Amino acid sequence: MRLHGVEIEETYAEAFKMWGTRLLITAESPRWARIAAEAASGFAISVIGCGCEAGIEEMLPPERTPDGRPGTAVLLFAPSRKDLEAQLVLRVGQGVMTCATTACFCGLEGEEAVSVGGKLRYFGDGYQGSKVLGGRRYWRIPVMDGEFLVEDRFAIQRSVGGGNFLVLAETAASALASVEAAVAAMEPVGGAILPFPGGIVRSGSKVGSRYKFLSASTNSAYCPSLRSLVATELPETVNAVYEIVIDGLDEEAVRKAMKVGIEAAARPGVVRISAGNYGGSLGQYRFHLQEIVAGEGKEGEGP
Amino acid sequence: MTILRPRFVFDLPVEAEVLTPENLCGVNAERAGRHTVAYGRRTRLLGELFEIDVERGEGLVLEGDFSRVKKIGRAMKEGLLVVRGDGGMHLGSAMSGGTIRVEGNVDAWAGAMMSGGTLEVAGSAGPYLAGAYPGETKGMTGGVILVHGDAAVRAGERMRRGLVVIGGRAGDFAAVNILAGTVVVFGLLGARAGAGSKRGTVVALGGMETEPLPTYQAGCLYRPLFLLPLLRFLADRGFPVTEAHRLGPYRRWTGDVTSLGKGEILTYEEPQ
Repeated sequence: MRLHGVEIEETYAEAFKMWGTRLLITAESPRWARIAAEAASGFAISVIGCGCEAGIEEMLPPERTPDGRPGTAVLLFAPSRKDLEAQLVLRVGQGVMTCATTACFCGLEGEEAVSVGGKLRYFGDGYQGSKVLGGRRYWRIPVMDGEFLVEDRFAIQRSVGGGNFLVLAETAASALASVEAAVAAMEPVGGAILPFPGGIVRSGSKVGSRYKFLSASTNSAYCPSLRSLVATELPETVNAVYEIVIDGLDEEAVRKAMKVGIEAAARPGVVRISAGNYGGSLGQYRFHLQEIVAGEGKEGEGP
Repeated sequence: MTILRPRFVFDLPVEAEVLTPENLCGVNAERAGRHTVAYGRRTRLLGELFEIDVERGEGLVLEGDFSRVKKIGRAMKEGLLVVRGDGGMHLGSAMSGGTIRVEGNVDAWAGAMMSGGTLEVAGSAGPYLAGAYPGETKGMTGGVILVHGDAAVRAGERMRRGLVVIGGRAGDFAAVNILAGTVVVFGLLGARAGAGSKRGTVVALGGMETEPLPTYQAGCLYRPLFLLPLLRFLADRGFPVTEAHRLGPYRRWTGDVTSLGKGEILTYEEPQ
């Protein structure tokens, strides 16, 4: 299949089950809401080394936040409920509570939930208090500019991590221009984030390495500089590759983000758009590129 | 929908805790009329005192003057009860779920010992709103009471949990001896509010008749963040929330030091 003259390889992205949630961080100004969101979602690139993957979903106007202040929606994903809870407590405690004027609310509905404010409350050293409003409990933790308000429990849901596609281009410049266009197109998609810096992966990885202590190493088959040394996946004309990784609250969000991303990435200078997988042996979801581009998402591909 | 209308003007009090959606909705008028109520000292059939109609629609509707009918919606667990007029004493007392909407005023002890659900009163409330009956250690333990008019003395006495909102003035001794929970007053807050409070919050948006008790200590002037979602919730329900209320600031008074001392009175102050 070709899209705008670019080959869309007949392959699929292999993605994994994750647990995800949405934080609504509010503050006195959009600036402080963004600063807190960046702090909470910083160094949350890959579960391999960061414990979770997170990113800013969107900036929120006051009318869309629980307290009527400017806000930011952050999505956070982790491999298990336990990991997600631990990461939430750490990141809300260190990244949001410490940030001037903020409050933190849960942005999902659902029965499954983990304790966040219920654990952070002890920072109040006995002076914390709770309020219940609309069936939700909020903790008021005294801090030096007044109080930090945080929801007691955060709903979580089964999510999808590791949706991806690879852009194989003639030059590094054309590869970067392609993925920048893709990221710009994907950012507005709700329920999905691109956890890597700027939404783009430069150091794609494969499972395992020649070193016993290292579980993941550089994706040598896609490194142009190793073309003559390894079993390469790169056509002759390709000299640079970037990957875009997508985490979503559900399959549909990942599929939608991949579709708009691939459509934007297919532009002059790009030779092929491919995807990363492990032969289908590790991940629970498969996102077939050609079906996504054709708008024929297979609903039955997930577990 | 089951509709009840008084057949005559009651010159004696009626005790009718049978007036709940659980008892009267989903049954025909004849069966509903077989419930018994106390009319003065005598026991009468509900159908003798009230005209009962069953129509399409949801809930139990009481039309007419119910100001002498006590215990409407008492111990109600679910459903919708609408009073198109005034309600008598103990309305919604001990209710644990569902919604009661009163389009007029309510008498004493409305929502007393309530543990869940929502009671909304378009008019004013008598004494002991959300209160505790004599001898009880805890009053309201959950739910929401929204009174758009005034409330008489001792609103929210000994409440343990829940939210009481008074759109107008609150009488003296509001939130006295509260253990926890929140009382919000849009009008003037009467004297001795929060006396004996252990925890809990009183929010005075329309000023206080007198300074807080000497057993309360003035703290900072700040913007309590928990008020923001609360004020949004109240604005959505027709309370006169202004941008100034949202912005604050609020003076925080903590007390009562004769008790645990972790209670607070938050008084809105005009910005300097």
